[in-house]
Amino acid sequence: MAVAREATPVESAEDVKQADLDSEDLLQIYRNMLITRGIEERGHILYRQGKIPGSFYTGRGNEGASVGVATAMQAMDVGTPIQRDMGVHVTRGTEPWRIFAQYMGRSDGLAAGKDGNVHMADIRLGLIAMVSHLPALMPVAVGAALAFQIRREPRVAVAWSGDGAMARGDAHEAMNLAGVRKLPVVFIVDNNQYAYSTPNRLEFACDHLADRAAAYGFEGVVVDGCDVLTVYREAHAAIEKARAGGGPTLLELVTLRMEGHAVHDDAFYVPREMLEHWKEKDPIERHRRWLKESGVLGEAVDDEITVEVKKLLNEAMKRAEESPLPDAADLDTGVYADPEELDTPHHR
Amino acid sequence: MAIKTYLQAISDGLREEMRRDQRVFLIGEDIGVYGGAFKVTQGFQQEFGEDRVIDSPLSETAITGACTGAALMGMRPVCEMQFSDFVSCAFDQLVTVAAKQHYRVGTPVPIVVRLPSGGGFSGGPFHSQNPEGFFAHCPGLKIACPATPADAKGLILSAIRDPNPVLYFEHKHLYRRIKGEVPDGDTAVEFGKARVHQEGSDLSIITYGAMVYTAEEAAKAAAEQDGTSVEIIDLRTITPWDREAVLASVAKTSKVIVLHEDTHTSGFGAEIAATIAEEAFETLDAPVMRITAPDTPVPFSPPLEKAYLPQPGDVLAGIERLAAY
Repeated sequence: MAVAREATPVESAEDVKQADLDSEDLLQIYRNMLITRGIEERGHILYRQGKIPGSFYTGRGNEGASVGVATAMQAMDVGTPIQRDMGVHVTRGTEPWRIFAQYMGRSDGLAAGKDGNVHMADIRLGLIAMVSHLPALMPVAVGAALAFQIRREPRVAVAWSGDGAMARGDAHEAMNLAGVRKLPVVFIVDNNQYAYSTPNRLEFACDHLADRAAAYGFEGVVVDGCDVLTVYREAHAAIEKARAGGGPTLLELVTLRMEGHAVHDDAFYVPREMLEHWKEKDPIERHRRWLKESGVLGEAVDDEITVEVKKLLNEAMKRAEESPLPDAADLDTGVYADPEELDTPHHR
Repeated sequence: MAIKTYLQAISDGLREEMRRDQRVFLIGEDIGVYGGAFKVTQGFQQEFGEDRVIDSPLSETAITGACTGAALMGMRPVCEMQFSDFVSCAFDQLVTVAAKQHYRVGTPVPIVVRLPSGGGFSGGPFHSQNPEGFFAHCPGLKIACPATPADAKGLILSAIRDPNPVLYFEHKHLYRRIKGEVPDGDTAVEFGKARVHQEGSDLSIITYGAMVYTAEEAAKAAAEQDGTSVEIIDLRTITPWDREAVLASVAKTSKVIVLHEDTHTSGFGAEIAATIAEEAFETLDAPVMRITAPDTPVPFSPPLEKAYLPQPGDVLAGIERLAAY
């Protein structure tokens, strides 16, 4: 039995006004989604050119979900995005050239070559780097929220998981602790319907993952993850509720993973007609169409943004390729932190 | 200077650091209202409030992960595993998340995990273990195993101030049994500096935690028996560990027993023995001997547990064998 609320879509200009977005915000969302997809498309090319070691993961189809949530966060908030959430890094202000450097294992990557692909985050932008063992960062986000609660700071932590990761115990323990202490945390599930090759029906038996929220004493909401404006509205409401002391919310953002688990995977197990259906729901196209129909985006501005994004990413790729590979002598540096490293504004 | 139990010394260290540093908070199962399964934090919630002494759900993963998150936001969390055995439920949060975060992305994770460990009370397979060996294998973690009340306090202070994740093993058998002088005030003990528990010239025992006292009893018996002079090195911390102190003692005595309560294969003693073989082969007059628990789970029934735990008699037999070599 479904118990989660299903979010109604944002449609009219009045809905958008209620979501607290002006024209510049709406265009910035569009720009961030284009940059997000552009980074991953170019990354894929770099991978095929042999310039990216290891594997390569994309979040095609998740741009609306990731950009929508990140747009709803305030600068003081923190988050633990996962591998389909490039839009969070972009929206929070991570420079694209450093992301390309990260992909290529260069010194200017966010992990300086010590870790690769989307295993990165800039703590100064309030982001905490993911690990492969999803959703191990859910309890970590809960701990950030605990710190905010102890210090009575009006800040919120956003914890990400995937549909597959929700089967693991970390998710349960994190949501249970957050519910018990009514912590200022919002849980996001990127439900792209496949965990590697495993479909939802083999990962969980409830109707919606958001149904589980009720068991932890807070609200769960199912949201169309391809609709950036609805994602924004629901994330904004959940984040501000948490900030005001209202406790956690679980938002399940439903999309379809439009590419394989990683680039080696052709996702033959996803039915063609399903991909065709979800292609029609593409979050970027949908937002572009909405912007045009609503008179926010004209042809000239659209062209301008497209050119601007292209230029930004081409320059970023060039700059990243100029970044040196790490020195082998750095292999054993940084295993342990030095005491003076705690003397930062962040660690106070 | 006052005489304190090992348990009081841990308690004092935690209390003083919480008074000194508002960022320090405690989280664990039954540590607040109840004061902890062993009463280490008795009275803390009354003094520091429910925000800084948090009774958590039964969730080692959430407890440990939450410490990491709070630490990244500038807090200095100290959590308690009710028994060190339960740290297996937090393995991922320590080994995958906390230990690697600084190496990967340069963000320090200053957390302390308190782990009441060790056997001797028929706690059985799940309330008696010494799991330090698992974590000594993981780069990025630090590990303390104090044996004396002074070190129990000094090392908890250092652990909280350390910018890295620290596992602080407190041996349950020492809690109320061991009393000793604890210097007043801020007496942090540096990690990686071993302590000579007693000087000797014929043979060295390298050990830590409760086995320091097992070594002491065996050494006393050996001295009374035939005047064999045993030097006991208490490592205090095993990550980092004091190679120089160990190698200096081996150079002095030329014979060495490595003693721990953890099981044998791949126990931390194997690392010490290998290092001595690599670095001090020429100074040895006998093979390095390891005395440890056998490779079995910790058994429940008293005769079985007694056979499991290294006893002073086992160590004395080792001393006799090595002395005669």
